[in-house]
Amino acid sequence: MRLTCPLCGPRDRREFYYYGSEDYLQRPGPDAGPEAWDDHLHLRDNIAGEVRDLWYHETGCSQWLIVTRNTVTHEILSTELVADRKKKGVRA
Amino acid sequence: MPELIAKTALSDKKPATFAGTTLAEADPGPVASIALFPGQEKALAKALKPMVFPAPNSFTENGGVRLVWTGRDQAFLIGAEPPALDGIAAVTDQSGGWATLTVTGPVAAEALMRLVPLDLRPTFAVGQAARAPLGHMQSVIFRTAADGFTVMVFRSMARTAWHEIEVALRSLAARAALI
Ligand SMILES: [Zn+2]
Repeated sequence: MRLTCPLCGPRDRREFYYYGSEDYLQRPGPDAGPEAWDDHLHLRDNIAGEVRDLWYHETGCSQWLIVTRNTVTHEILSTELVADRKKKGVRA
Repeated sequence: MPELIAKTALSDKKPATFAGTTLAEADPGPVASIALFPGQEKALAKALKPMVFPAPNSFTENGGVRLVWTGRDQAFLIGAEPPALDGIAAVTDQSGGWATLTVTGPVAAEALMRLVPLDLRPTFAVGQAARAPLGHMQSVIFRTAADGFTVMVFRSMARTAWHEIEVALRSLAARAALI
């Protein structure tokens, strides 16, 4: 499996550290109730199909990426920088 | 206060040549990380003149001073003290933090490709740079000549990097001797 880092180009997946669903970017507000925090920290969908996950380019440029891939076909559909997402004004 | 003597990480290592290719330590002089603050591209370009901030995966050079891309909106200025960049970029001294090795000769790319999962044949041209693993070490690699690369690793990894590259060169030399 290879991931195309938006900065470094196509790289072996061993250069990356896998973190988990991009849900981790949707941090609840400080006043959100315990249910919201429980959901944020512990509850994940288990999708057969397209998932969006956080990967860290650990032995490359040290950037966090959002990788969209299909868990059924193993297709990598897109890779984007979390930093660019912030630039575009999406709440992260 | 006593004058302290700065030593490079591999100051006891003499250049080693195998298969006509030489592994050596380089003393790059001052190394500073320049990390751009958001929206300061133009101000940085002006302040760095005549140096040019490098595009990703490349380095620029001016009078022996280099600016090597090391990450998103970040480059290492190597070989000169950084200009004043208050409010434009975060500047941090990296001089003591890295070990710099050069690999020069006909099998330089072949030796490094045993350790780095990148195609370092001539498509990786002079002027190109990469953040890439050298074995399991984070490194900065850039091509300075058709047959020459510079490799930077964390200072604490200097001996491991030297050993790994030396073994790769020895293996290539041994194989060449059999043919
Ligand atoms: Zn990268």
